[in-house]
Amino acid sequence: MADHRQFICVTCPVGCSLDVLVEGSELKDIQGHACKRGITFVQEELTAPKRVLTTTVRVQGGTLPLVPVRSSGPLPKGVLLQVASQLRQLVLQAPVSAHQIVIHDVLHTDVDIITSREVGRAE
Amino acid sequence: MRDLSCDVLVIGSGPAGLAAAYQARRSGSGRVVLVERNDELGGILPQCIHNGFGGRVFQTDLTGPEYASRWIHQAHEVGVEFLSRTMVLSIEPGPSIVATGSVCGLVRIEAKALVLAMGCRERTRGALAIPGTRPAGVYTAGTAQRLVNIEGFMPGERFVILGSGDIGMIMARRLTLEGAEVAVMVEIMPYISGLRRNLVQCVRDYDIPLLLCTTVTGVIGRDRVEAVTISQVDERWQPVPGTQREIPCDTLLLSVGLIPENELSRMAGVALDPLTGGPYVDERLATSVPGIFAAGNVVHVYDLVDHVTESALQAGRYAADYARQGAQEKAPIGRLIPLRAGRNVQHVVPQALHMEALEDGEATIEFRVRQPIEASVRAQITSGDQVLVSRRLRYARPSEMVTLSLDLAHAQRAGRAEMLRVEVIPSVA
Repeated sequence: MADHRQFICVTCPVGCSLDVLVEGSELKDIQGHACKRGITFVQEELTAPKRVLTTTVRVQGGTLPLVPVRSSGPLPKGVLLQVASQLRQLVLQAPVSAHQIVIHDVLHTDVDIITSREVGRAE
Repeated sequence: MRDLSCDVLVIGSGPAGLAAAYQARRSGSGRVVLVERNDELGGILPQCIHNGFGGRVFQTDLTGPEYASRWIHQAHEVGVEFLSRTMVLSIEPGPSIVATGSVCGLVRIEAKALVLAMGCRERTRGALAIPGTRPAGVYTAGTAQRLVNIEGFMPGERFVILGSGDIGMIMARRLTLEGAEVAVMVEIMPYISGLRRNLVQCVRDYDIPLLLCTTVTGVIGRDRVEAVTISQVDERWQPVPGTQREIPCDTLLLSVGLIPENELSRMAGVALDPLTGGPYVDERLATSVPGIFAAGNVVHVYDLVDHVTESALQAGRYAADYARQGAQEKAPIGRLIPLRAGRNVQHVVPQALHMEALEDGEATIEFRVRQPIEASVRAQITSGDQVLVSRRLRYARPSEMVTLSLDLAHAQRAGRAEMLRVEVIPSVA
């Protein structure tokens, strides 16, 4: 028995409103997507929703007290708060380079946490 | 006072300034100087640590700092000169600017062309006149973003957010990730003012309550915020009796609108459009003062940085053209035709264009609707009864800017048009 559900895709800033026919966690029909990433989005949302994590990590001895970090790819939605909490415990030593790996394969997700920019060493 | 001169001067190193300066150099300008009052380049981007930038421009999903870094690098590579820690105090005829800062001291810079890229500011509590006491703990969402992401401070532990703008929604998520509690987000309109994508990934994902048709009616607390009162409102924004309640919190964040920053533009005599708060511009992003161009949030507020970049590249190109041409060649090309906001449209940029000049390519027309139309619509540009260009959209929302392109073929169809209208009308099924 199919259910009619609505989603807002978060893959890109357009945020297409998706009208979807779902049977259990199987996608039967989809309307409203401007590109095929919307289909992947709904399929994942039904089975294993994922989100990109962005946050900051403290830096010691740098020109700035924090470095922004990001997950290299989307993480399972359920672990975001846990990963953020883990990152709050860390302190990196300056200098920090852009796209430096802060945590490799975080929580066995095959996703890394990397820096979004460099932070130089304070004079 | 030191005296410098250059071909193109850009004020502001956010995404607009960076792209304009880059393109001015790429278009052949000899000396391009970019003045930035902050220590760091990038404008607001360094504190926008979230992703969603660069989908169009770089075909990839970047965070704000990554987007800024790419553009700073590109601008540097093509030979843009940066003058940071330097604040422009005034714009004078020439055009020229007077600026001051720890790098140059007091300096006058003469330019052949100037690009205004100062961005925008947030609407504040004073502008909203929220009654109550004035304790510590009331911030604009962008200020909180700076404190959390750059300075490393948590502004509070339990938050109420007024307004559903993108910055407010982004901060709702950010604060939750840092261990704070966001008690509620209230929005005075019956719909959110930011991107739908953020409603999902910042508010719903974290089970943050969102109350529409609701506003903050007072602030309680002596030295520090202790609570706010919220109330439902009717269509005239009047509080509905009996719906007021008190929400304990220690911090109130405001995400209630961005206002283009045009103090310098006013000083320079640039004509401003009351509908946008920014300069009147034409298809070249030229303002009413010859030689002065404008791009980015200083013209009107954008949702996506990619659109800012695309517009600013144009401004840089035309500023370079203007700087290169002799005085005789600076007269505008052909008639200047106004573009007016028609049915369901709130405002349009550019507000006028030289139709004959579209030989150069296309003009991007940017506009927003007055209120959401959650049904199939046609966005079109008309000249009298004639539809020049039309595009079907699934829906149209004030929070999502719409664009249409006008090219020479459209210009020829428009013939001797006196005025063009931009409108969004419900589609006939």
